[in-house]
Amino acid sequence: MSAPSRKTTAMDRRRFLKDSARGLAGCAVAGMGLAWLATGARALPAQALRPPGALDEGRFLSACLRCGLCVRDCPYDTLKLAELGADGPATGTPYFTAREIACEMCEDIPCVAACPSGALDKGLTDVNDARMGTAVLVDTENCLNALGLRCDVCYRVCPLIDEAITLELQHNARSGHHAIFLPTVHADACTGCGKCEKSCVLPEAAIKVLPARLARGKAAEHYRLGWEEKEKAGGPLVEGVIDLPDRMPEVVPGAGGAGVPPSAGIPDPSMEGGFTPTFKLPGAKP
Amino acid sequence: MTAARRLPAGREAARKFGWWRAHRFLILRRLSQLFFLSLFLLGPWFGIWWVKGNLSGSLTFGVLPLTDPFIAVQSLLAGHWPQTAALVGAVIVALVYALIGGRVYCSWVCPINPVTDAAHWLHRKAGMPKGWQPGPGTRWWVLVMVLAVSALTGTIAWEVVNPISMLHRGLIFGMGLAWTFVAAVFLFDFALARRGWCGHLCPVGRFYGLLGSKSVLRVSAPRRAACNDCMDCFAVCPEMHVITPALRGAAGDTPLILSRDCTNCGRCIDVCAMDVFTFTHRFDDTDAPARETRTRPQPASGASRAA
Repeated sequence: MSAPSRKTTAMDRRRFLKDSARGLAGCAVAGMGLAWLATGARALPAQALRPPGALDEGRFLSACLRCGLCVRDCPYDTLKLAELGADGPATGTPYFTAREIACEMCEDIPCVAACPSGALDKGLTDVNDARMGTAVLVDTENCLNALGLRCDVCYRVCPLIDEAITLELQHNARSGHHAIFLPTVHADACTGCGKCEKSCVLPEAAIKVLPARLARGKAAEHYRLGWEEKEKAGGPLVEGVIDLPDRMPEVVPGAGGAGVPPSAGIPDPSMEGGFTPTFKLPGAKP
Repeated sequence: MTAARRLPAGREAARKFGWWRAHRFLILRRLSQLFFLSLFLLGPWFGIWWVKGNLSGSLTFGVLPLTDPFIAVQSLLAGHWPQTAALVGAVIVALVYALIGGRVYCSWVCPINPVTDAAHWLHRKAGMPKGWQPGPGTRWWVLVMVLAVSALTGTIAWEVVNPISMLHRGLIFGMGLAWTFVAAVFLFDFALARRGWCGHLCPVGRFYGLLGSKSVLRVSAPRRAACNDCMDCFAVCPEMHVITPALRGAAGDTPLILSRDCTNCGRCIDVCAMDVFTFTHRFDDTDAPARETRTRPQPASGASRAA
């Protein structure tokens, strides 16, 4: 190899290293910006719901092509693609807002069928298994049913009436002699279709579909509910435990204890005849 | 001389062969861009659902799935194995572009191309300086960066900012503020960097260029001996470095433009008054004698602009 070409090689190497450093630095800067945008896009707003069968948000953004085929095949125009700036979800990804148009839970789930990428999981074959979110009665102070009135609309429109939403009978403490039929969501059945939120008669819905991460708590892994375990086991969990009778304080008729009036005693457990106070305040009329 | 230099590229060809002949590929290209956009707009505008979706993914006549292979690759790197429809669509698109030239996408389909072409037209009219000219490796770096970010963040990273899908999806599904990305590309190309976006940065173009590295459809300069150095081809070419090896090659060198950067736009064929260029296939080994001497020193009409 001649001297000039060796020199050229050295220059080339220096230039190559310089260019590489520049390229790497540029990539690092641009890449950080892009990564920041890409991960920031994961922050799905609470009121934006993904279509049925959507993978969880992190995986969804690795799968969704943003082609809009689910939007096209949605017969109720529920779904739309997020527009930059105007909508919260990652640009171009499909979502719906329950309060605007709720999911009608089509039996053939056309949006899932249309999805070419698997961002909407084809494993979802029964739309009742969809978990787009969970309805939560967020405002018991304004919910008409919670106030003791009979609105029942969210309950009536629920596609899984009496499973996802039930009306739970409660005592109306305000009036003292009425009932409250409290709409109660059962998360194990609620698909998050949003029909309850959509049809809530209040100007601002008292029941809202929230993503599960907001709607639900979680019991610790090791928690067991004794009564459930007992039922599962079909008997007492520990054999040979003797269930002793509960002891109540003994009342000896006529024997006046210190500070205890002779008439005092444990009130009649059945409460028949009303409740008699154990103590009588001084000066109180009998 | 000065007057001659100001002559717009292609004027001589138009004089010699007629206006249509000197603009045919430009016009065909615009028609093609319009055609592909219209296909997608027929549904939302007129309810004719031949094609559903957008350039990222689509379904034609309910049977033909098409997917942007660049998006599919990002998705794979992000850790998602796309379902068959998306994969098949990506393979079909990749095969087609591997055959006809990856960057045919850039010049004949991509909706950003008219935007950057308009920016370049205005850039030239306004006599703007060349501006920032990133090195030839930059597009590689951007491509690698996008793929790395996809893998590291587990997202299809480029779709967060891709002006192509912003514009295309915007037109079909609703624009929102996506137009700002398009405006940014326009301003970048107009004021900051000549042919900056499509020519130097866009990783989609780089990716499609890779796809078409060995494409069959090629522009060639079989009559390069007739070249009179008017430089019109360089003036109109969005990737002018691709022309030199073919046009200025020695006798043994192929007249084929084999660079994967060539977008097969055919504009050089349009504007050449000496009819040097033509579309052909990469196996075309027609004898193409090289130029012997320069017929004229530098009577260029577009040389100053091409620099």
